[in-house]
Amino acid sequence: MTGRHHHKVRDSVAAALDGLESGMTVMVGGFGLCGNAEALIRGVIDRGVKDLTLVSNNAGNLGKGLATWLRADIVKKVVCSYLGTNEDLHSRMASGAIAVEVTPQGTLAERMRAAGAGIAAFFTPTGVGTVVEQGKEKRTIDGRDYLLEKALPADFALIRARTVDRFGNLRFYRTARNFSPIMATAARTTVVEADHLVEVGAIDPDDVHLSGLYVHRIVHVP
Amino acid sequence: MAFSKEDMARRAAAEIPEGSIVNLGIGLPTLCADYLPEGHAYLHSENGLLGMGPFPYEGEEDPQLINAGKQTVTVLPGGSTFDSAQSFAMIRGGHVDLAILGAMQVSARGDLANWAVPGGKVMGIGGAMDLASGCRRVIALMQHATKDGEHKLVATCTYPLTATGAVSRVITELGVFDPTPDGCFRVVELAPGVELATVARLTGAPLI
Repeated sequence: MTGRHHHKVRDSVAAALDGLESGMTVMVGGFGLCGNAEALIRGVIDRGVKDLTLVSNNAGNLGKGLATWLRADIVKKVVCSYLGTNEDLHSRMASGAIAVEVTPQGTLAERMRAAGAGIAAFFTPTGVGTVVEQGKEKRTIDGRDYLLEKALPADFALIRARTVDRFGNLRFYRTARNFSPIMATAARTTVVEADHLVEVGAIDPDDVHLSGLYVHRIVHVP
Repeated sequence: MAFSKEDMARRAAAEIPEGSIVNLGIGLPTLCADYLPEGHAYLHSENGLLGMGPFPYEGEEDPQLINAGKQTVTVLPGGSTFDSAQSFAMIRGGHVDLAILGAMQVSARGDLANWAVPGGKVMGIGGAMDLASGCRRVIALMQHATKDGEHKLVATCTYPLTATGAVSRVITELGVFDPTPDGCFRVVELAPGVELATVARLTGAPLI
């Protein structure tokens, strides 16, 4: 009998994405194109799945990154905070091909954090008095108004890290970190694309950004 | 006369206390950094960076070191990086002293509209609502009216709101104005050569 943390390193992107099926909710790290797990993003298209719910801050940009998923018509819904100049998403939202849920960025992040931390929902002041409060419980606590926002879990999280050991302890680089560590906590299966794969013990325990406990599969993409 | 864009950025930068944590919004607010003495304040970028430095020299850009506008930036000694949940905990938790944000409309009671144009393309919310409701102080840095002379400083916002009662000061090319609980803009300062009558004509709420 082996646990989920036995032998995490996979020898291919395809093997690392095993079990990612049509209709699943998939979180993908990155702020725009910064911090994207590029090989895993390509790998999902190669897998031939469809009807995905994509959770990502931007869902790609300029035809690159996750915009390739939109162009491949494998996404039915996007949960994001910002579309900006992502014309691939604008056009599909306008035609009704993709449903888009726009969430304040901090609320999006905290919904993931809550999902990963066993918190069902939380009260936030963000969005009070705006369209964001539609359909949500509003409560006054100690004289200030808050909205109830629910946790946001996922089936898979696809993230990228700079240095990863074989247990999955890892370190990010600069602002490529963004949503990746919280997505890793919110997903049932987290796959990491490692720039550098190192032996266990190579990262000092005090220097680990994300514990390997949150990582289930690793693929080295130098 | 009025303020130039550079004058507006310089005037807004003068609002930044020494030793404070500041978030500069996308567009004109980004220019404020050019008018801060070295080491004066710590710039926070909501994508997960504190201690943001100036834009890099050509050839030294790092695509994995960006600001919230997705431009490549640098990080100063003493800077730190963190994840998005932590970054917004800093904002919502009141740890960011000041945000200087662009605006489409500001009401005389300090309501802010800066994320969507009615009937326009949905660009998304990004960090706008968290910044506006979470930062300890919010200054709007904006053009006083549209090119067609439509009011942007208004009695009541007609654009979708970002946050209510969030803005404590507005800086435009015509001067510096504070929203008040009474629904009037208090005139703090007029730009050189600007007449009060001009401001009154271009403002959609009473001035005091």
